[in-house]
Amino acid sequence: MKYGVNERGYYGQFGGAFIPEMLYPNVEELREKYLSIMQEPEFQAEMQELLRDYVGRPTPLYHAKRLSERYNTKIYLKREDLNHTGAHKINNTVGQILLAKRLGKKRIIAETGAGQHGVATATVCALAGLECIVYMGKIDTERQKPNVEKMRLLGATVVPVTSGSQTLKDATNEAIRDWINHPEDTHYIIGSVVGPHPYPDMVARFQSVISEEIRKQLLEKEGRELPDYVVACVGGGSNAAGAFYHFLDEPEVKLIAVEAAGLGVDSGHSAATSILGKTGIIHGSKTLLMQTDDGQITEPYSISAGLDYPGVGPQHAHLADTGRAQFIAITDADAMEALRELSRLEGIIPAIESSHALAALKEINAGPNEVVVLNLSGRGDKDLNTILTYFEQQDAQQ
Amino acid sequence: MPNNRLTRLFQEKSGNLLNIYFTAGYPKLEDTVTILEELEAAGADLVEIGMPFSDPLADGPTIQASNQVALENGMSIKMLLAQLAGVRERVTLPIILMGYLNPVMQYGFERFCQDAAQVGVDGLILPDLPFAEYEEEYKPILEKYGLSLIFLITPQTSEDRIRKIDELTNSFIYMVSSASTTGSQVQTSEAQEAYFSKVRQLGLKNPLLIGFGISDKASFQLACTSAHGAIIGSAFIKALQQPAEVKENVRSFLQQIRG
Repeated sequence: MKYGVNERGYYGQFGGAFIPEMLYPNVEELREKYLSIMQEPEFQAEMQELLRDYVGRPTPLYHAKRLSERYNTKIYLKREDLNHTGAHKINNTVGQILLAKRLGKKRIIAETGAGQHGVATATVCALAGLECIVYMGKIDTERQKPNVEKMRLLGATVVPVTSGSQTLKDATNEAIRDWINHPEDTHYIIGSVVGPHPYPDMVARFQSVISEEIRKQLLEKEGRELPDYVVACVGGGSNAAGAFYHFLDEPEVKLIAVEAAGLGVDSGHSAATSILGKTGIIHGSKTLLMQTDDGQITEPYSISAGLDYPGVGPQHAHLADTGRAQFIAITDADAMEALRELSRLEGIIPAIESSHALAALKEINAGPNEVVVLNLSGRGDKDLNTILTYFEQQDAQQ
Repeated sequence: MPNNRLTRLFQEKSGNLLNIYFTAGYPKLEDTVTILEELEAAGADLVEIGMPFSDPLADGPTIQASNQVALENGMSIKMLLAQLAGVRERVTLPIILMGYLNPVMQYGFERFCQDAAQVGVDGLILPDLPFAEYEEEYKPILEKYGLSLIFLITPQTSEDRIRKIDELTNSFIYMVSSASTTGSQVQTSEAQEAYFSKVRQLGLKNPLLIGFGISDKASFQLACTSAHGAIIGSAFIKALQQPAEVKENVRSFLQQIRG
């Protein structure tokens, strides 16, 4: 695969495993074994069964007629919001928990920002009967209380992280430190296509079920496997990696990656990493990240807690670098408008993350005879408080 | 093989080597050189100056906090190298700069090596620089400027890998005492004894210094029975937090260890 990972763990100039020696044995064990385990027929059978009967796959590819009419093109929504736990995150955690069991691990750790990946990890740990510890920035535990309660109900231990800026990047640091301190019995379930090789590739493979299904479903509905556009939002980039995966080497499919511009790309309150980031090292990976001139990692901003990661997965950095994917930045305001639009046109309340992808529809100008597949990565239930507060403030200003 | 203060130190002295880590710009921005001079006067054999980073992955709470304070004080690589300019007129002990790769990359790796060597730095510890990348890309640059790169090994590092690290190293090997981030308590377990003696028996060409969890005279002496010396970081950072003047804090901590 031209845009896939090479044998050294790189996508073009990005990727690698920039980790301290204390992590080397763990990461090396994964690197050696992940592909062979994932290819075992029993592993595949067990995973397929769980994806079908537990997660609820395949998720529908829904022709959104009223939305299509609004944008004068043909739009299909890939309904990842209908997955168990409400987003695409569980595709990855189901795969990784099965992998962890085969590696003989007894203890699972994870980081979470908004809490979606934390809930998806706590869920599969309950299913597998494994201990689960989720690191979450203290500020996020306060912003996303219902998800904290869900994780606890599922039997996970949630550790509020008070180091650094107390958000996702610090939760990730703390999970990595936990792994350093537990080098034998613990598996770290990273939630996105970030971190040292092989994580970006492994997570992308687990998420690639999204584009595998899109191809089959589109063939049934349209008589062709390839859409003209695939649109997905990008924080770390796992839902986009999954939605793009089986289209990467099909140059006629335009890939649109949508980042969070926050209050505006140049406002100083943004998470548009492909524009604002420079090449550096974050969480063991060489990629684009937001940082000061001195190389200190900065805190991004977006109304969406799932998009405010200061880096982007190394494959996405490569897609941006080579121009294979077009990167578009969408502000809080445009995303929220798109969220309301989909709610009212289609009766679907999307997650704020996915609403960024929706807001990009007006930027891409797809033609009436073109087919757009938009990955609706999650549902908006978790965002209800943020949504209500946002529109109340907006009404008050008017 | 570089002929720097580091390689000479290990030729001259074979045991009880005391390596002290401190964070540049901590507790106050201007303390870096004061601490350095005081450490030499009080009997440290070599020092490791930490270049603060926003996201120090391998460090425990004490060093994380010192990194954060140092950054708030305005410390940066540029500032540190400016503070170290001329320091070789006053101190002779080997100086190692320790830091994560990202700030070094942004400064420019070669420019960093050049500027560091110019102010009299002898070696680097870059814990997140991988082996393969070091060999291919960075080794020639370090050699050009006569800098040694120090690698870490842990109880989980395979014998094969330890031997490779020994090949690539020309100063000393940093032997992490147990699977942990910096500042954890060292447990003197049988497993750890076995690890130390296993490594000793490999007959490596490089000396070994034990780090992580060395906090007082007893743990320093114990480490010195298994290796050529030891590295103290978090405990020294804590000593710098004492109410006395910074020089006094350095002196009394070193007396405690050496006395």
